[in-house]
Amino acid sequence: MPQLSMRDAINQALHQEMARDPRVIVLGEDVSGGAGGTSGEREASGGIFGVTKGLLPKFGAGRVIDTPISESAIVGAAAGAALAGLRPVAELMFADFVGVCMDQIYNQIAKFRYMFGGKTTCPVVIRMAMGAGMNMGAQHSQSIYAFLTAVPGLKVVVPSNAYDAKGLLIQAIRDDDPVMFFEHKALYPRKSEVPADPYTVAFGQANVLREGDDATVVAIGRMVNFAEKALDGLAAQGIQCDLIDPRTTSPLDEKTILESVENTGRLIVVDESPPRCSVASDIAAMVASRGFESLRAPVQMVTPPHSPVPFSPALERAYVPGPQKIADAIRRTLDARR
Amino acid sequence: MAMALTPERLGFVYRQMKLIREFEERLHTEIATGEIPGFTHLYSGQEAVAVGVCEPLSDADYIASTHRGHGHCIAKGCDVPGMMKEIYGRADGLCKGKGGSMHIADFDRGMLGANAIVGGGPPLAVGAAIACQLKGEGRVSVAFGGDGSCNQGTVFEAMNLAVVLKAPVIFVFENNGYSEHTGVSYAVGSKDIAARSRGFGMPAETVDGSDFFAVNDAMRRALTVARAGDGPYTLEAITTRFFGHFEGDPQRYRAKDEVARQRQSMDCLKLFRARMEADGGPLKATDLDAIDAQVMARIEAAVADAKAAPPPAESELTTDVYISY
Repeated sequence: MPQLSMRDAINQALHQEMARDPRVIVLGEDVSGGAGGTSGEREASGGIFGVTKGLLPKFGAGRVIDTPISESAIVGAAAGAALAGLRPVAELMFADFVGVCMDQIYNQIAKFRYMFGGKTTCPVVIRMAMGAGMNMGAQHSQSIYAFLTAVPGLKVVVPSNAYDAKGLLIQAIRDDDPVMFFEHKALYPRKSEVPADPYTVAFGQANVLREGDDATVVAIGRMVNFAEKALDGLAAQGIQCDLIDPRTTSPLDEKTILESVENTGRLIVVDESPPRCSVASDIAAMVASRGFESLRAPVQMVTPPHSPVPFSPALERAYVPGPQKIADAIRRTLDARR
Repeated sequence: MAMALTPERLGFVYRQMKLIREFEERLHTEIATGEIPGFTHLYSGQEAVAVGVCEPLSDADYIASTHRGHGHCIAKGCDVPGMMKEIYGRADGLCKGKGGSMHIADFDRGMLGANAIVGGGPPLAVGAAIACQLKGEGRVSVAFGGDGSCNQGTVFEAMNLAVVLKAPVIFVFENNGYSEHTGVSYAVGSKDIAARSRGFGMPAETVDGSDFFAVNDAMRRALTVARAGDGPYTLEAITTRFFGHFEGDPQRYRAKDEVARQRQSMDCLKLFRARMEADGGPLKATDLDAIDAQVMARIEAAVADAKAAPPPAESELTTDVYISY
């Protein structure tokens, strides 16, 4: 099976879905780039991370729409186009820019179906790059999926690898509900086996990457990779854990997490969002209220501190939870033997 | 041009304006009884704008409306009894009672929804226009907004994007003199909304929003441009609202006799009647009186139906959040 980077896997998903369904359009800043430039070269960019490369030459400017830097207009236009029968994939570049267009996301897109009595759908996908680790500073590095996970009416996807990213994006585009799609910047170059044909990965179905009776580790996005590294290290010492990647934070596969905790009695949640009102705290609360009888040790949350993302590489390394912190948390859980 | 409208069409236009007026005047009375939940923004006084703009549109064209949206809904053909039930929060309201006065939509009529966020609608209208462009059938999209919305960044973004994409959007700014409790002369720095639109690179006209024919003529000019693929257009309609920002607004910002004067000088229904007489009576006063009587009966029935209709079942609370979850 071919190895593809997450960037190329997402690109392939966009190509395949645009070819399959003429209602799919892509819009955003520099999704092709070059319009109005002096070189005359179109597709000078193909997306700031190169994820939308090749779409403009193949599908034309009617369906691959370069926009001004106007996030509210981008997201609002995607929503209006969806109400009018299209299946828009809007690109916000950086997830941090959600702040500029939050109204269109949480007051408009998220609520149309409900407040209009179920008479419409708003099948919009908003793609955005997230995550720390590239020294991009406080306004280009955040993991803000927790905000949107809290909004009824939205689905929230956070893939951890290229295979899932392709299948989840195809599902997102075919899904009739609005989907917020978070792509971790550090994962773009990471390769995994990706089938060439289109396929979907269902929402609300966690992926269990490792199995073991000692503890349950739930990790999100890039944290899945770090948790794998931590578990590789602990395996040498005979420690085996379940590793669960929820893949979507809304809907959340609560069943898989609860069943695992029922067996292990121990839970560690790893999340790149700050700790307050986060997906980590949400999962911890869910297990504390619905799996309390199973727990044999306090739930551990491994997250960044309650602070903005710092710039200096020295500080950013300390900010992002890494394999060592995850391994330490697993050990703390196991030390609390009861 | 508007005066080419047949007597039947003129009767339709007058009926629509009268329907909006009586719908709103009746709500004003009913709200005072406390039977209607929530808060409501009435459109009385602005009817010629909604009807003048929507008259030449078809169900295949889109509109995005505002918090003061009842007039746009009726003008775009939404079911009036269904609207009344929605405003009363009833199970078989147009949106199952889940939307209310500020969230009425009817997608079969191209009505993309009233919108309780000022400036929320114009970006949506641009998106619908992108869909129209892709279809290539000459369909258009209309973004209604008040003078208040013209100060929102979302509206600036939408106007610029529409010009960049040459999208078939008609921005209709209903300048009724007040954004909530603050006058236009204070809140719109340049004082001239149409000029702002021209600044974005689209044609714009300022029209008398009390005069159906002025609005309708301008709308037809805008449609010619938009349907031909020549990009967006702005209409600024000078109008007034006969009630407060919301029902219960004491309107201390308005001179005491302002509304009374405007009900004399800026009433689109009176002006329409005068115009019929001046034009030699394509519709006679008796024709118009007959329409008035029909409208009053329809409103009476709609209110009675709404009052008698059942509320939504509690099981509806969590339906329609998602299609699948």
